[in-house]
Amino acid sequence: MRPFDYYRSDDPADAVKAASEKGTLFIAGGTNLLDLMKLDLMTPNRLIDINRIGLDEITPSDDGGLSIGTLVTNSDCAADMRIRQDYAVLSRAILAGASGQLRNKATTGGNLCQRTRCYYFYDPDMACNKRKPGSGCSAIGGANRIHAILGASDECIATYPGDMAVAMAALDAEVVIEGQGGDTRTVPVRDFHRLPGDQPDRDNILESGDLITHVTLPAPAKGRHIYRKVRDRASYAFALVSIAAVVEMDAGKIASASLAFGGLAHKPWHDPAIDDLLTGEAPSEALFDKAADILLADAKGQGQNDFKIPLTRRTLKAVLREATGERS
Amino acid sequence: MTRHLKMDTPATARLLDELPSRLTGKPMDRPDGPKKVAGKATYAHEWEIEGKTFGVLARAPISKGKLVRIDKSSVESLPGILGVFSEDRFLRNPAQGTANEAPIQGVSEISYFGQPIALVVAETFEQARHGAHMLELVCEADSHGVFDPEANNISPEKPEDDQLDQGDLDKAMAEAAFTVDSTYRTPNHNSAAMEPHCSIASWEGDQLTLHGSYQMVKYNVNELADSLGIEPEKVRILSPFVGGGFGSKLGIAPEAVAAAIAAKEIGRPVCVTLTRQQVFENVMRRSESRQRLRLAADETGKLTGLGHECLVSNLPGETFHEPVIQATHFIYGGENRRLSIEVARLNRMCAGSVRAPGEAIGMQVLENAMDELAHTSGIDPVELRKRNIPDTHPEEGMPYSSRPFAEALDEGAKRFGWDKRNPEPGKQREGEWLIGMGMAAAARVNMLMESKARVKLKDDGTAIVETDMTDIGTGTYAILTQLCCDMLGLAPEQVDTRLGDSNFPKASGSGGSFGASSSGSSVYLACQDIRGELARRLGCDEDALHLNGGKASGSGQEVSLTDLLAGETIEGEGHIEPGKTMEKVQQATYGSYFAEVAVNAVTGETRVRRMLGVFGAGRILNHKTATSQCYGGMTWGIGMALHEAMEFDPRDGHVVNNDFAEYHVPVNLDVPQLDVVLLEERDDWASPIQAKGLGELGLCGAGAAVTNAIFNATGVRVREYPATLDKILDGLPELQPA
Ligand SMILES: Cc1cc2nc3c(=O)[nH]c(=O)nc-3n(C[C@H](O)[C@H](O)[C@H](O)COP(=O)(O)OP(=O)(O)OC[C@H]3O[C@@H](n4cnc5c(N)ncnc54)[C@H](O)[C@@H]3O)c2cc1C
Ligand code: SF4
Repeated sequence: MRPFDYYRSDDPADAVKAASEKGTLFIAGGTNLLDLMKLDLMTPNRLIDINRIGLDEITPSDDGGLSIGTLVTNSDCAADMRIRQDYAVLSRAILAGASGQLRNKATTGGNLCQRTRCYYFYDPDMACNKRKPGSGCSAIGGANRIHAILGASDECIATYPGDMAVAMAALDAEVVIEGQGGDTRTVPVRDFHRLPGDQPDRDNILESGDLITHVTLPAPAKGRHIYRKVRDRASYAFALVSIAAVVEMDAGKIASASLAFGGLAHKPWHDPAIDDLLTGEAPSEALFDKAADILLADAKGQGQNDFKIPLTRRTLKAVLREATGERS
Repeated sequence: MTRHLKMDTPATARLLDELPSRLTGKPMDRPDGPKKVAGKATYAHEWEIEGKTFGVLARAPISKGKLVRIDKSSVESLPGILGVFSEDRFLRNPAQGTANEAPIQGVSEISYFGQPIALVVAETFEQARHGAHMLELVCEADSHGVFDPEANNISPEKPEDDQLDQGDLDKAMAEAAFTVDSTYRTPNHNSAAMEPHCSIASWEGDQLTLHGSYQMVKYNVNELADSLGIEPEKVRILSPFVGGGFGSKLGIAPEAVAAAIAAKEIGRPVCVTLTRQQVFENVMRRSESRQRLRLAADETGKLTGLGHECLVSNLPGETFHEPVIQATHFIYGGENRRLSIEVARLNRMCAGSVRAPGEAIGMQVLENAMDELAHTSGIDPVELRKRNIPDTHPEEGMPYSSRPFAEALDEGAKRFGWDKRNPEPGKQREGEWLIGMGMAAAARVNMLMESKARVKLKDDGTAIVETDMTDIGTGTYAILTQLCCDMLGLAPEQVDTRLGDSNFPKASGSGGSFGASSSGSSVYLACQDIRGELARRLGCDEDALHLNGGKASGSGQEVSLTDLLAGETIEGEGHIEPGKTMEKVQQATYGSYFAEVAVNAVTGETRVRRMLGVFGAGRILNHKTATSQCYGGMTWGIGMALHEAMEFDPRDGHVVNNDFAEYHVPVNLDVPQLDVVLLEERDDWASPIQAKGLGELGLCGAGAAVTNAIFNATGVRVREYPATLDKILDGLPELQPA
């Protein structure tokens, strides 16, 4: 771990101001950042501790939705009665992630910003464009069982590993950001994370010193909320494939559908064409296959992760069956 | 005084069954338990030693080649750095268990990625770790590293002792009514002990004290001394608490030698703890294996031929190889046999003993093959195994010592409800889940090792047990206390058991499941020694001596123990040695596993729903700690079946999943309620306390019960461990809407 300065802020504006210097990072729960610092994979000169700046509540917003402060822990968010009742997919996604201990520390903003679990990203002696732009991508041609099948580039095939953001993408939540100029801007979760392209070092659209203050959820979406996570052990493992689905039925037809996918790409994957295809249709195996065709049209395996393609199809169909079937 | 016993004949006197106090075997809580939950059991890293500094090992960034230069100046100006050390006495890899001498040494020749080649020492651990990351090394890579044991261009070695060719297996296969010929592969495993490996070295003049996390102190002293080029008398090792070993702490390791060298140089104690990533990269792995199983059987399912041919790997120059066929030699009959092991030399970290070396993967695969034979022949898997229990050793002809194998099979089948299993695969479904049952046999060789202990019965009637035996979380403190209580008629609070100090009498150490019976026997003998002296003082035969609740009686008289001690401390020493009983009979432990699994028909994810193990391991010394050992073994079995595998980069052979996020061991949700049944057994051939080894038995075939259940659930036979969902997916039926 490289020596660093530490500053504890007690107010969001102060935190943003303190983050103006280059090489500064915010620390929230620290469950991702500290691991990376111990291995010298991230080497900030200065940490701004934001744990005492407030922003740790879930409050109703004017449009009938909820606003989740960035420091609301994953445990608190998943347990909140309003989230459990009206945004069950989010509660389920959070509870499908990490472990109880980690969720007690992990925060909303920190979770959005968690970095990939690519093995080579975690090893300072390996070439990795995300960690060291221009050095190469060791995962291509290497161990890539957990890597992306959608939206990857020749520079990086890593996935965004989180669960919470996948549910937020399905719910079409928005990230509220306070920037260095003191301006506040709002970005849909669906656009928050990036595809790697030729700049894989950038996971998301945050600029240096940007502070996430809230995540806002729109007014509750009716229908069934499903989060299905497929993984290598029953708990405490990242998703190989995960699907967040909010589907409303009306008179035997799909009235609305919103789906997002984890474990497949550098960002939570959302394809409006799938939601459009399903909306207004009666559920059928053929329809579900068509949805999978759209999703996987450009899917490309890297060798060890080829299985994710059939696995995603099977899982998507099962989720749609569950979302549209008779309630048992 | 010393009471010495060499096990040349069976120990038919079962004193422990006759003593008034019968604590041995009872589920007594560990005396060290409260200390552990209160954080008062001091593990290696935690010793507060005046002036302690911290060292972190730096890794070789290539898998084969030469170290040309270390640029020490690259880190010397960083805050807190006290020095950079690298020299020829550094260890290439840990010593193998019971090596008793230094392993291969040197830093200039690099044999695997991550080989420790320097130690950076600093005031704090963080500074040292940063220094180790920043240290500039100049290496010359040799592009001829070998990472695939099955590569065409290498010719594996054939260790002489592991090539058995008896009768004519090919002919037996050709003439058999039923055959199986299947090749399985198992991956590399890391011991994955919770406590990372650690040593603190401190010198007083030329006297070295090492607080280390080690399983076999008496060997470790010699290994450390030999590595450093000093006399063993100058080395003291303290290892009173070990946070899990599983074989990974058997032999002296690079961090101990590096710490000692650096500590001498800077004149302050040096603590070197491996990071979790280093535990995966530097500590012994269990070798991957390719195992070809051939079974030939007549119409009744009786084996006429048995082939078990294996390929494993290790670093060049290592003598150890995974003894995959250890139990195959004796568990089942079949007169035509071919059992062999080949060893490929790879540029990967050292392979050594990991959790039940040999049987863990050998029994697992043999028991898969037996399941295949049961399926092909239509004979019930439990019945098939019973039909193949040999009368005498199928290769060497000797009889078996006590062997409750059939009993374990029957008892397990009855308790589990085996009769409810549908032998036809893929027939039972609950919603998205396919349900199946599987079983497997357990077997593990039994070993007794030389071991010594001292017991002091003090004038106040309390006792101290001293031996350099270790407790690696297994319950040694408990069982030695229990034995001493029974033998001397004391209560547990009156016995203070002290372990893990090389100044104490030399014990077997913990390994190979022999620790409890070997060190237990030495304490038993030491107590007998004291009983002899007490009987003499009382004027009665030792056999007639009765000790209970602080009173001694015999030949019609009764006196208080303290009177008999008359202000003196009586010291007894016990010394057990293995003898001819090891050769006259085949000694082993046996059992059975039964598992029910649910396999998701959509995703191929497997969940174990319930699991039972029935075990016979001679006298059980503590029912609670023994049961816990079996829980642990079965949990590892679930992990080996479903999760665990070290993954390597195909290009440079370095391990990529080097932390607990990506190296998957079972978590709570993966492990259902486990049931363990311990059979009542005494094995007089094994030890004077009639106990055999138990620690590893819970794992010797456990995984096969799970994968056999997967076959019963789905019809998919996974022959590449672990059975992750991608290996099951293809064979699953397309799921139709309900
Ligand atoms: C073993 C393990 C298993 C895990 N399994 C899962 C899993 O299955 N599913 C899953 O989703 N997650 C999993 N996680 C990841 C976990 O969810 C994240 O570590 C956690 O959410 C990060 O939150 P934090 O508050 O601790 O972030 P920190 O570690 O404090 O910060 C992470 C990053 O976010 C930045 N940051 C934090 N807050 C802000 C803010 N307000 N504005 C701008 N930047 C900010 C920090 O600068 C840092 O770069 C796992 C983690 C571990 C260690
Ligand atoms: S996939 Fe991305 S994160 Fe992984 S090695 Fe390649 S560039 Fe680095």
